[in-house]
Order: sequence, then C-alpha cells, then structure tokens
Amino acid sequence: MKLEVENVSWLGVLRGVSLTALPGEVVGLIGPNGSGKSSLLRCVYRRIRPDDGRVLLDGADVWRTPAREVARQVAVVAQDTPADLDETVEHVVALGRIPHLGALGRLSAAEVALIAETMERCDVAALARRPVATLSGGERQRVQLARALVQRPRLLVLDEPTNHLDLRHQVELLRLIRTLGVTVVVTLHDLQLAAAACDRLVVLDAGRVVADGSAAEVVTEKLLREVYQVHAEVAPGADGLPRLFLPLGRAPAASPPL
Amino acid sequence: MRQSRRIGAVRQGRRIGTVRRDGRSGAVEPDAGIGPVKAGGRIGAVRRSGRSGRIDRSGRIGTGKPGGRSAFAGALVALTALLGVSLIAAVGLGPVAIPFPDVARILLEAGAGAPAGPRQVIVLDIRLPRVLLGAVVGAGLATVGAILQAVLRNPLADPYIIGASSGASLGAVLVMLAGVYPFGALSLPLSAFLGAMAAFALVLGLSRSGGHLAPGRLILAGVAVAALTEAVTSYIVLTTPEKEVRSALFWTLGGLSGTQWRDVGIPALVVLAAAAWAITRASRLNALVLGDEGATSLGVEVNRLRLRMIVVSALVIGTVVAVSGGIGFVALMVPHAVRLVAGGDNRRLIPLSALTGALLLVWVDVGARMLNRPDEIPIGVITAVLGSPFFLMLLVRDGRRGLP
Repeated sequence: MKLEVENVSWLGVLRGVSLTALPGEVVGLIGPNGSGKSSLLRCVYRRIRPDDGRVLLDGADVWRTPAREVARQVAVVAQDTPADLDETVEHVVALGRIPHLGALGRLSAAEVALIAETMERCDVAALARRPVATLSGGERQRVQLARALVQRPRLLVLDEPTNHLDLRHQVELLRLIRTLGVTVVVTLHDLQLAAAACDRLVVLDAGRVVADGSAAEVVTEKLLREVYQVHAEVAPGADGLPRLFLPLGRAPAASPPL
Repeated sequence: MRQSRRIGAVRQGRRIGTVRRDGRSGAVEPDAGIGPVKAGGRIGAVRRSGRSGRIDRSGRIGTGKPGGRSAFAGALVALTALLGVSLIAAVGLGPVAIPFPDVARILLEAGAGAPAGPRQVIVLDIRLPRVLLGAVVGAGLATVGAILQAVLRNPLADPYIIGASSGASLGAVLVMLAGVYPFGALSLPLSAFLGAMAAFALVLGLSRSGGHLAPGRLILAGVAVAALTEAVTSYIVLTTPEKEVRSALFWTLGGLSGTQWRDVGIPALVVLAAAAWAITRASRLNALVLGDEGATSLGVEVNRLRLRMIVVSALVIGTVVAVSGGIGFVALMVPHAVRLVAGGDNRRLIPLSALTGALLLVWVDVGARMLNRPDEIPIGVITAVLGSPFFLMLLVRDGRRGLP
C-alpha cells in the first residue's frame, strides 16, 4: 500500500509535512521529542484531522474513507496503550479482527487460527490466558503488535514499538516487520537500529521534514548536531550503515561519588 | 476509582493462579535467541513445542473467559426459560395466591376469549402487565448499565451518572407540585421522561470538551446535576402536603404498583430496540478497552459511538423511569454479576445482562408486594438492600485474592 502525506499541518505541531512510503517500504520516522512524529502518525490512522493537507492511502483520502475501511488497511501499535486491562491476552489480540467482523461479531475458524498463529509469531502464545494487567511492559508491547498483525494490514504504523522491549525482542520485532511484505511507518529513537531496520529515514524537527533519504544520507554528524544538538561521531560500518559514537564528555577529574 | 478498578479485577483473580509460565522462551533456551530468522520470522521463534493448541475452534478466543459459544448459547436458553417460568410464577404470587398451573391455563385461554372471572382479571389485567413491565424495566436498566460501564470505561457508571434517573424524579415531582395534568394519566410518565431528558441534556452540555464528549467530565457533571436535582426533589417532597408525599416518594424509590397495559408497550419496544442495537455494536464497545486511541485504530469512531450509546441509554432510562420511578443498583449490579460468570465480552455481556436484569426485577417486585403485606415496599429499597451487600462481597473477595 502506498502512503502519501501531502503538506499536512496541524495546530503548529505539524507544519507542512510531506512524505511518501512506497508499497512494501519500511520508512523510519526519527526526530527529537516533540518534533511531531506521533502527531503525524495520528493523522495517518485517522485519529486527528489535519488543519491542512491530505493523507492518501493508495490515492484515497483517509478522511473521505469510512473509519472501518481505513482500519482494514492500516493497523497501529500506538504508544501508551492502557496497561491495566483485565482482559486476557487472547481477548486483546482478537480485538484486531474488529474491523473485519460482521454485525454479530463472530470469529470464523480461520480467524481463530490466524489469532493463534499470530500469538505464536509474536511470542505471546504462552501468555494467552493471562490478564494484560499482569504482564511486563515488553510483553504488553508484543501483545499490541500481535493485535495489530491480526488486523492483516497493508500499512503498519508503529509508534516507538521497541519501547520496553529487551534487546533480543527489539531485534526480532524489527526483523519481523521486514518479513511482512507490507508498508511500514515506524518511529524509533535509536538511530542505529533505525538505520538498520528501515529502507528510508525521514527526520522531523519542529513539525517539519528536515531530511529524507537512506540511512547513510540522513544520519550524519551535521544532522545530529543541528537537530539533536548532540556532538557525535558518525562513521560508516562494514555494512555501509552509519555507526554512532556518543561521547558523554566525561571530565578527566572524576567528581567525587555522592 | 481505585476501588472500582479493583472490583474489575475480581473476576480475573480466579484465573491468575492457573497460568502456566513454562512456555516463556527467551530465558529458558538461550541458544536459539537471535538466530537467523526463518521465512515469516517470528518473535521468539525459539519455541518448538507448538503450543497453538491453546485456542480451540469453539470460538473460545475473544471471550475473555473460558467457555465457548455453546456455553453462551446454553446460558441464553437457560435464562430465557427461567425468565418464562418466573413470569408465570410471579403472576401467581400476591395477596391472592393463584397456583402456577392455573396461571398458565388462564394465560393460554386468554387468547381464546374465555369468560372473565375474578381470577382472570387479577392475572390478565392486574398482575401480568406489572410482571411484564418489571421484566422490561429490569432488562432496560441492566442493558444501560452494561453499555455505560463500557462506554465510559468506568465500572461504577450507572443511570444516575448521566443524570437521567434523578431528572425523571424531579420532572414527576414538579408536575405533582403544580397539580396540572395536561395529558391526563400520561402526564406523570411524560413529565418524568422530559425531566430525564432535560437533566441528561444538561449533563451532556457540561461534559463537552473540545467538541467531544469527555467521559471524565461527563461523570463529574452527572454527579453534580444529580445532586442538585435530588436536592430540589427532596425539598419539594418535604414541603408537599402529606397526602402527596407518598406518590412523590414512589418516583425516587421506584415501584411497579398500579401498572396497566398501556404502561408496558412503549418501554418494551424501546428496551428491545435499544438492546438489539447495542448488541450489534458490542464488538465496537469491546474495542474501547484499548482506549480511544486504540479503538480509533480499529476503525471505531469513538466519539460518535460514545455519544450515540449515551443518548440511547438516556432514552431507555427516561422511558423506563417514567413508568417505574428510579430503581437503583440494578444497572450497576447486574452487569458486574454477569461479568463475574461470563467475562467482559460485551457481545455476551449485554444479552446476558438484559435477561438477568429482567429475572432479578421480576423477583424483586414479587418481594416488594409480598414481604410487607398489605403494604408494598418500594422496589428501590429492596434493590439497595440487595445491592450494597453484593458490592461489599465483591470488595471482600477482591481483598482476599488481591493481584499478584
């Protein structure tokens, strides 16, 4: 599915943002806190209506498409999903079928199988009967991912999906989204991980796109200095992807321990 | 709110202890952690045991509680049958006891134009409309409770929170005070309905924030409006001449005495239509557990759904309270009791709550006319007497189990 964001503005948080994700492309959205990443994603999945500009899915304006129709195409793992749910993991994962359900909301056998298989895939099958409230942050994150995948989306929107995940699950999640063959737009804070996981990186700063290109083009010392106000060393690794070195500026004379 | 959160947790407690943790992969089998990913790579691909058999095909998934479709269908049938039997039994109970078989016979013969004796009159004209209205009112209250608890994501939500119950009492009492009955016998129900709608409109107006209905604001506005209308009602009741105080009390405590056939039709239609509509929206209500953000991403137009659900709830409450007065606790208690047994899936919760509410109120009304003969006890008194210990029981159970 092709995603086109055309000149979207919203409340001064987004100021004329344009970007395109081609079918099957994994686009990483990076930028400092408050740069408008989550707001941009909210415009994509129809949570907020831009004051100006359009969001097109395969050429169709999301605000001229019924919400349910959009949800059949676009699945979201948002930040800050409620953590204190009494519902069990399998119940929450099954919610992903809602956009596809009929009036009585009955799941077909094929859907039940899909749900089971997706829970396996996201490493939450063993937690199926646990209330979500009893899970760790990383487990919850994987439950939300399973719920999103059960939607069978053609565009997957992920807002900080690696939050709370341990290193292994971060790597596996980013690998997994690359195997899905769907268009993915993902916000990430770890630039090195973003560089490795995404086909293309788009950098937002203060509601504007300030860079858009391959990891090697985007992740530069200049960008880190100008957008993040961080003086870092960037060198290409063996695979051609940028490697970051972040000197924390330790003073030679260590301050006495507190 | 804190205690309400815990009430919600009660129903889960039983299952927490049975969870098997052995399937956790990462820490157990370190060798397979970050290996090359197979086609269609999966997170934590290490598990080989193939534990997919956890979900059976009976549609157990998505129920939030063990028990498949057949268990749900069985519960529906059992409750419907029980309700049918209870309706007949309740018609037989009263100052003049009529045995169950006789009631059934009179009901069967009613269509055949059998001669009307005193027992026929008691059954068909006095008791049957009252018992049926009890079922309708109970179903309506419980359905609205289930809807409001889902839509406001607050386990303590009930009709008092949207101001409709207390508004209805005030509307009725105001008409009594004025002593003007422009619509004859329909004046009181009509004014109660209008009072409910007026109070609800006030709550709705106050709970808008940024063009949308904010659940938190709605609850605050509802509590404030209810307190105000109840204060005005109490003042009027206390200052009304002796004779009318009793009928005014009826509106604040609820009761079904004096029900006639013309009282039954409209509430029955409204409750049935609202429950049927809510059932078709039940899976969208389920999505609300993910929060507004999550529900939106599942294609649910949260603000529209919430507004419509609340307006429909207010219509049901206005209609029901207009004929029965304000009956407390049913809307709050029944969905919680059903959740304990059947889980929180609204696709099941709403129909099961409607049936359970009907069943409960039919028997509570039997109690209302039998316990203190020849006087009647207001229904709201009995539901409160039943409801408070029920909630204390939930709290005690919850406190014993706790959460891990």
